[in-house]
Amino acid sequence: MVYSEKVMDHFMNPRNVGEIPDADGVGTVGNPKCGDIMKMFIKVNDKGIIEDVKFKTFGCGAAIATSSMATELVKGKSIEEALKLTNAAVVEALEGLPPVKIHCSVLAEEAIKAAIADYYKRRGIEMNFTLSEHSCCERECDRKK
Amino acid sequence: MQENNKRRIYADNAATTPVLPEVVEAMLPIFYDNWGNPSSLHEEGRRAARTLETARATAAGVLGCQPEELYFTSCGTESDNWAIKGAAYAAKGRRNKIITSKIEHHAVLSTCEALEKEGFEVKYIGVDQDGLLDLDELRREVDDKTAIVAIILANNEIGTIQPISEIAEIAHKAGALCFTDAVQAVGSIPVDAKELGVDMLSLSGHKFGAPKGIGALYIKKGVRIKNLIDGGGHERGRRSGTENLPYIVGLARALEIAQERMGDMRRVAALRDRLIEGLLSIPHSRLNGHPTKRLPGNVNVSFEYVEGESMVLWLDKMGIAASTGSACSSKSLDPSHVLLAIGLPVEMAHGSLRFSLSHANTEEDVEYIIAATREVVEKLRRMSPIYPGA
Ligand SMILES: Cc1ncc(COP(=O)(O)O)c(C=O)c1O
Repeated sequence: MVYSEKVMDHFMNPRNVGEIPDADGVGTVGNPKCGDIMKMFIKVNDKGIIEDVKFKTFGCGAAIATSSMATELVKGKSIEEALKLTNAAVVEALEGLPPVKIHCSVLAEEAIKAAIADYYKRRGIEMNFTLSEHSCCERECDRKK
Repeated sequence: MQENNKRRIYADNAATTPVLPEVVEAMLPIFYDNWGNPSSLHEEGRRAARTLETARATAAGVLGCQPEELYFTSCGTESDNWAIKGAAYAAKGRRNKIITSKIEHHAVLSTCEALEKEGFEVKYIGVDQDGLLDLDELRREVDDKTAIVAIILANNEIGTIQPISEIAEIAHKAGALCFTDAVQAVGSIPVDAKELGVDMLSLSGHKFGAPKGIGALYIKKGVRIKNLIDGGGHERGRRSGTENLPYIVGLARALEIAQERMGDMRRVAALRDRLIEGLLSIPHSRLNGHPTKRLPGNVNVSFEYVEGESMVLWLDKMGIAASTGSACSSKSLDPSHVLLAIGLPVEMAHGSLRFSLSHANTEEDVEYIIAATREVVEKLRRMSPIYPGA
């Protein structure tokens, strides 16, 4: 199994690692039993722009790289734009992922959505999207694709 | 620690070993000069046949069996398939049960699963927390319907060494055959087929300094199993295919060298113990496998709150070749069946690292591995959302 250079770069030098203590939204997806958990923190300004985003991830090289790339792709974007993030966009930005690791990109997409869902909940805004319930093992995610 | 360090430490000898220069030396004349077909009647053929039988005698000498009890195959996987399928098919109708363990290599597990689909009954015996086979369960399961008991001699992931002679005795009491996958053991610990008392034993060249793609199966005199590969009647009619003479010569030479260097394995075991001690000084870690009944080069440790693959990738960057569980499972996302069988929680099974040392490793290597692993584990724990110390 070979990772692209881009994946290795985001794995070795992950962007936006950490926590935001006064985050406006926090989302956690995954399960240690499945071997990966992602936790995303977002800071949103009054204009609805994601000013800052941080993550913490337990998982394989692809889990860390997709988390890192997902934060890069939504940083500075509006909530609406961030909701349009797809796992395919994460994979493309990483110049591909091995087939057995595609589920990591799905998890990264879901982690962003979970953080936004939390932000909506805190603000009392009605959600105009749905969170998938599994947020777990590869096979379910692969089926979804 | 420098990431762009040029230094490389190979600590994945359970996956494969480099071919020894002496082995290459022994093989070259067979390519250049002695390239005849051992089945041919002419001078070139007779010469090759003599070389083949000399190599067989050398290998048999190391393994404590008669030359005519040793059959060369294409790899360890073939030997495992042949032993189990051959015994099962030979006993079909009379004895339809196969007994194996939950910690076998996939070469054995998948073979048993295939036979299960064909209607054979397969029992997978459990192991204790150190990976030792549950002999009471084995005694309960072996019966007059059992064709074969197939148990790994030394485990490829956790290194635990089984009491095979005792297992063979239990099998024989019920009239069943006993086979052991000795692929990881041969070359690392003394393996004497007669002393072990098994009916069949598999080995693979690339685990002890011979090339990949050559293996052997010991079949005790008088033991009848079905052929897996039919053809021109090579290997006394039991395993057809023109003999891979250069590799057979290489395998025999590698066995000889392993035997000569067996004493040095004590030094490797001391390196192993120092590595285990150093790794266990990292908080939230545990040793997998038996503390003493284990292969001299095998170290398998789990670290909580981090995942194995990311540790291996970082270690690789720092110049260390290690593995998570077994190389075969690097394409699978499921945690190792061996680690689950010893009762490790799934979360911890995901965070396991295997180092497998050889003669080529030094004390310096071991200290570097300990320092690098500590750094990697700390780095990954800092970004782990489940690490309580963060
Ligand atoms: C215990 C065990 N059995 C069987 C095999 C398969 O051997 P080979 O790679 O020669 O097919 C291996 C090595 O991968 C092994 O470790």
